[in-house]
Amino acid sequence: MSQALLKMEKITKAFSGVKALNEVDLEVQKGSIHALVGENGAGKSTLMNVLSGVYPYGTYSGTITYENEIARFRTIHDSESKGIVIIHQELALIPELSIYENIFLGHEKSRLGIIDWNREKEEARYFAEEVGLQEDIYTPCKYLGVGKQQLVEIAKALSKSVKLLIMDEPTAALNDNDSEALLELIVKLRRERGVTVIIISHKLNEILKVADRITVLRDGSTITTMENDGTISQNNVIRSMVGRDMTNLYPPHTAERRDLALEVKNWEVYSPTVEGKKIVDRVSFKLHYGEIVGIAGLMGAGRTELALSLFGKAYGINIKGEVFKDGKLLRLNCVKNAIDNGIAYIPEDRKLSGLILDEDTVTNISLPNLERFSKRGVMNHAAEVRAAERYTEEIHIKSTSVFQKTRMLSGGNQQKVLVARWLCNNPDILILDEPTRGIDVGAKYEIYTIIQELAASGKAVLFISSELPEVIGMSDRVYVMNEGRFVGELCKEDISQEKIMQLIIEDNGGDKNET
Amino acid sequence: MRRDIIKRLRGDTKIDLRQQSMLIALIAISVLFQILTGGIIFKSVNVSKLIMQNSYVLILAVGMLPCIITGNVDLSVGSVLALVSAISGKMIVEWNLPVAITIPVLLLIGIACGAFQAYWIAYTRLPAFIVTLAGQLIFRGLTMTLLEGRTLAPFPESFSWISAGFLPQYKIGNVDVIAVGLGVICSIILVMIQVHSRMKSAKYHAKRSHTGFFVAKMAVLVFITIFFTYWLGTYNGLPSVLILMVVLIIIYQFITSNTVLGRRLYALGGNETAAKLSGVNTNGILFLTYANMGLMSAVAAIVFTGRLNAATPTAGVSFELDAIAACYIGGASATGGVGTVIGAVIGGLVMGILNNGMSILGIGSDWQQTIKGCVLLAAVAFDVLSKKNKK
Repeated sequence: MSQALLKMEKITKAFSGVKALNEVDLEVQKGSIHALVGENGAGKSTLMNVLSGVYPYGTYSGTITYENEIARFRTIHDSESKGIVIIHQELALIPELSIYENIFLGHEKSRLGIIDWNREKEEARYFAEEVGLQEDIYTPCKYLGVGKQQLVEIAKALSKSVKLLIMDEPTAALNDNDSEALLELIVKLRRERGVTVIIISHKLNEILKVADRITVLRDGSTITTMENDGTISQNNVIRSMVGRDMTNLYPPHTAERRDLALEVKNWEVYSPTVEGKKIVDRVSFKLHYGEIVGIAGLMGAGRTELALSLFGKAYGINIKGEVFKDGKLLRLNCVKNAIDNGIAYIPEDRKLSGLILDEDTVTNISLPNLERFSKRGVMNHAAEVRAAERYTEEIHIKSTSVFQKTRMLSGGNQQKVLVARWLCNNPDILILDEPTRGIDVGAKYEIYTIIQELAASGKAVLFISSELPEVIGMSDRVYVMNEGRFVGELCKEDISQEKIMQLIIEDNGGDKNET
Repeated sequence: MRRDIIKRLRGDTKIDLRQQSMLIALIAISVLFQILTGGIIFKSVNVSKLIMQNSYVLILAVGMLPCIITGNVDLSVGSVLALVSAISGKMIVEWNLPVAITIPVLLLIGIACGAFQAYWIAYTRLPAFIVTLAGQLIFRGLTMTLLEGRTLAPFPESFSWISAGFLPQYKIGNVDVIAVGLGVICSIILVMIQVHSRMKSAKYHAKRSHTGFFVAKMAVLVFITIFFTYWLGTYNGLPSVLILMVVLIIIYQFITSNTVLGRRLYALGGNETAAKLSGVNTNGILFLTYANMGLMSAVAAIVFTGRLNAATPTAGVSFELDAIAACYIGGASATGGVGTVIGAVIGGLVMGILNNGMSILGIGSDWQQTIKGCVLLAAVAFDVLSKKNKK
């Protein structure tokens, strides 16, 4: 079996003098699943862009041998014609177009520029079935969840007769169920179609489950390639990734539970787009100062919607229910009310709804704190710069200066800017929505530490995450949410992956019995 | 070394690269026409004319800039200008109402026109492009209805003084003491503000430019201001519209760069969701922006009508395009969140000097249009390409 499909040798790629890749070697066996891991900025994406022709032949040094031939890809089309397809983390589907139109976008079945729709539909049905997509192929992609969109991308890759499929963080935005299904699909493709897969991921447990070999990159160099023969553990991989031991993935709990901070009673939220659809259904919970409370649940369980609706009705209509803080009933009619009452919310998508990417760290941190940095409406620029410099130092935001555009920062540092924004606001209650999505192990640990310190300083933290190990590792208490309802509450000793999944599955089962 | 200096300059004055290059382009164009026209363009008579000719477009550009920062444009300003101009004709020429009563009414009408459109844009979230396109048709139509195809003229001197008049002069020898005196006062205020903000930076340990560099910059600014007022004094003195313009530019530059409101405006343009989730009342700011555009259209209308000394049905046709072009040339981004008032003014001046210089050279308005179009394209292309190269 061990015949190399792809050999990348001594690949070096520099951006204005800075080496992003330094003599990287990568050898991928035909019909294998090869994982590429490394911290953000280690050079994984750059390497894949070199391979797929995004950085054309000649702008890097080193040789690529593909199917025993020296490859000189100048465009993505060159690499695609050889069967190399890359699926990026940010999916490239057109939301308004249907599944079948998206599958054939860019390589339409056409003659003289006229599309043969019938042939496209027929083939699209076949490929959709191959990847286990049950939706009608006429469905516009905007109505599909992230998991299904991922399947459309894979169907698209199949339609290009893919031989080498590269997936960049395919499960980052998926819940555990969808992730598992996707990984099974990858294994199936390898088995039935002989597709070779390169998978880039931060989720080491998944990689250890499916990958045949694992290559670790660090700071633009290949550190090692390991045979996944069952003897290596997550710790082995992490050690080579960060160059040090990470005995504890989560920092210790030092906070002590204090008085009741927030109490939510019978909270109900309806969808603003689908009429009469209940998104959050009679949710009640309590949150204490000095406590980290996790909300676990599958994608679409309504966790983000719950958080947003609590944050001054930033989501949803016909919101009913009561919120008490320190025993007093709150009126939260707009985001400003929530902020004024000491509530902060860090959104799940930092680029889309968190940062102003074209502005610097200073402007991004001061945004909700403008009153603090101004007198009678006039800004005190020096004060906000000083505050930004202080937070940059305090939580180690890596940037050239506080005047660097946040677009240029890495994911972890972007997330830290958001944390700094709300630290600066000094809230009592902090709602964190997927605070570590898509950031590397080192940065994750730093974020965890900040969260634990916040709790220790007496703040109440509501922690929303799709990664169960994270929820379990961080939380003092966990509420399990499913289809808009809280279906269970687990305390420290009882929290486990199995129990959370059990609660969700039982709840889903119960529903079926009723109907 | 040179880079370092540019960086310091930018840190200190918050002028971005595009504005710097446009400032250099402005100086280059000025020198070019100075040579081509044999010095006519910067004779004090012509400088006065330049100021008066471009005043209303600059005022519109100052109002347009916030709209562009929100990521959109206002296409109705020319028509709002025409409507306000027509009403001023009705009130002053036909009904003989005093100017002191008319002007506040005109400003209110401008705000009303702006607020009407702002309501649809901010609270029902219709696209601004469509709302203001509709506004362009509606207000032009109302203008024509109101004037019934006639031109109303003439206006009393007290009305046209705002745009065509000069401040009184008191000459000692060749020097207009009033003009230069105002120049000196302005420079003192300018220096005081700069020194104050520098001292404040020192207090907060924020980074500052080199002291020598700062002093040199101040000296250049003071020299330019005083020479400019002296030069205008050798003709009829300071045009009254110059005072109006300078005051408006200072106010709007201050609001956009130094106030909470300004910061929220940029946040709205940069990422509306992020702004909302930071407690910014985005609807309110959007409303204010477009209502303000109505106000500025009314101010421009008063200036334009006074200068023309008539209210005509075709007043202000395509002014919106000049104002929009000025903002883009001056560094504003079409996607929103980026741009400055000073930039828009520089952009407006570039176009104004091009127009005027070419007129002196006897180049027809047909070619002027073409050349202006090329300048707009070149300015934006230069910006986009230089950004790409940096990456």
